[in-house]
Amino acid sequence: MEALFTNLEETVSIILFGIGFTMLLLHRNLIKKIMGMNIMDTAVYLFLAAKGYIKGRMVPIVTDGIQDVSAYINPVPSGLVLTGIVVSVSTTALMLALTIRLYERYGSLDLDQILMRAKEEERG
Amino acid sequence: MSFVQNFPFFSIIIAMFSGIISSVLSGKKARNLTFGAILMILILSAGVLYFCNEQGSYTYMMGHFPAPWGNEIRAGVLEGLTAVFFCLVMLLSVLGGMRHTEQDIEGSKHNLFYIMVDLMLSSLLALIYTNDLFTAYVFVEINTIAGCGMIMIRQKGRSLSSAIRYMILSQLGSGLFLIGLSLLYDVTGHLLMSPAKEAVAAIEAAGSYGIPMLVIMAVISVGLAIKSGLYPFHYWIPDTYGYATPAASAILSGLVSKGYIFLLIKIFYRVLGRENVIASQIINVLFMFGLAGMVMGSLHAILERDMRRMIAFSSVAQIGYIYMGIGLGTQAGMVAAIFHIFTHSATKALLFISAVGLYEVSGNRKDYKSLRGSGYRNPLAGIGFGIGALSMVGFPMLSGFISKLLFATSALQSPTKMLPTLIVLAISTVLNAVYFLRMVITIYSIPKEEEKRMEEGKILAGSWNLRLAIACFILLNLTLGLFSQPIVKAIGDGLTMFT
Repeated sequence: MEALFTNLEETVSIILFGIGFTMLLLHRNLIKKIMGMNIMDTAVYLFLAAKGYIKGRMVPIVTDGIQDVSAYINPVPSGLVLTGIVVSVSTTALMLALTIRLYERYGSLDLDQILMRAKEEERG
Repeated sequence: MSFVQNFPFFSIIIAMFSGIISSVLSGKKARNLTFGAILMILILSAGVLYFCNEQGSYTYMMGHFPAPWGNEIRAGVLEGLTAVFFCLVMLLSVLGGMRHTEQDIEGSKHNLFYIMVDLMLSSLLALIYTNDLFTAYVFVEINTIAGCGMIMIRQKGRSLSSAIRYMILSQLGSGLFLIGLSLLYDVTGHLLMSPAKEAVAAIEAAGSYGIPMLVIMAVISVGLAIKSGLYPFHYWIPDTYGYATPAASAILSGLVSKGYIFLLIKIFYRVLGRENVIASQIINVLFMFGLAGMVMGSLHAILERDMRRMIAFSSVAQIGYIYMGIGLGTQAGMVAAIFHIFTHSATKALLFISAVGLYEVSGNRKDYKSLRGSGYRNPLAGIGFGIGALSMVGFPMLSGFISKLLFATSALQSPTKMLPTLIVLAISTVLNAVYFLRMVITIYSIPKEEEKRMEEGKILAGSWNLRLAIACFILLNLTLGLFSQPIVKAIGDGLTMFT
């Protein structure tokens, strides 16, 4: 229990990851699925950012001359988070576009209903 | 440094740029550009294969930062061989499905399909060659987006709904893979595979981080297993492969899922260490699900009435074979698994492409009744389907036989897993035979009188590109079946170079 509170950010991010994963897997509403996907991705970014942070140091942005290495936090996780954000924005955009297409066609956001109507449409 | 060492980088960048250029070209020009690009990459990959065969594997620095910081490409015999093979299957799939691609897609959007093909190829090549875990993640996502684009470009209701299912499952897989990578980065402090492996070895030697390492292995394996469609996560497969345009089905089933499996094997060997993975029991979980997939995929396929969905369910079974080979945990099992990756991509693409030829001459209907006698109406497609089916069942001389033989012989080396492997292999072969031979018999049975009237005047040979693709695929299958020794040896050498 003690360990959970000393690693608060990590604990929170894993819980958020679980929430997002479950939403993406189990929710029937497509928009909520996409929200779940974003929560899941953001949880990973929180995790990475928390891991890259070193207490008492500053962001590795050079303003007035380069200082010693020990003055900055680890920049690699921040870079990974940026890349990850780009990726998740593009997948979100793609999934939203697909959702719009499906909504226009079947008038529903419920995945089960969409699948059912698609089957009926093919038969009829 | 030899000039050939640049080739892996060139092939990735050629594929990517031809995708970018395709976006401003007309459909026909984009198609020609794509064919040119794939052919060129095929030649470059052959160069890489030849070079690595002579001189061994090498790493290639991307940018100006040396090993622990920068980004790297790594090429060896196995990477070269896989790249050559994937290019070949990609080329023939696009060629064979070309006419249907043009029919299925709206006129102004033809070039978009070829963008997806190019992006798919570049991401597959990057997954094969990369030596950096985060690069692998980015290209996994590019691969997913390109795959989804390939499915949804056919604007039918079922294609769109299967595209969203594919996307959801893929996102679950990539999410798990990403959190696995983040955990691994925290534990080891490296994203490049070679330094990460050293760190993992040090951690294992010190005996620390037991649970985190187990979680990392589990999460990465499950993430990639979901994306490649291992049995309990297979339910997106039949719709996706069944309703996409034929070229896309062939590419998705033949290459995309294999790219993820290749990445998983690479991570096992080059990051986590094979011994650690075996010790962690994760491999046994993959083994069990592989066995379950082999049986359940075939049972589903037997119950299926639609030809393309049947072939898709057979993919579930074949993915099960591959994971079973990985799950055996021996070097021989891994060789068998990789050989089956080749077998399956050549054979499944052949089946999808020749299925096109068969239902083309049956009024585009894919149930058993309409397909009766279609083997006479399009002879070459009938032969192609027959050979593909026999190869999947494991007929001697064809590639499926060699992979079954390799699986069986490698099972003999691991005493605890020998019995379940051999039993399930036998059951699965029988089940394969049930549905594939039923389909072959159907396409060669004479249609009844009233049906014949309906089909009259429909004896078509198909377009030249379909025939060429089928002929080349048959040749590829026979080559894998008859000259398997050098390929198996190359896979073994490549795996040795991996470590």
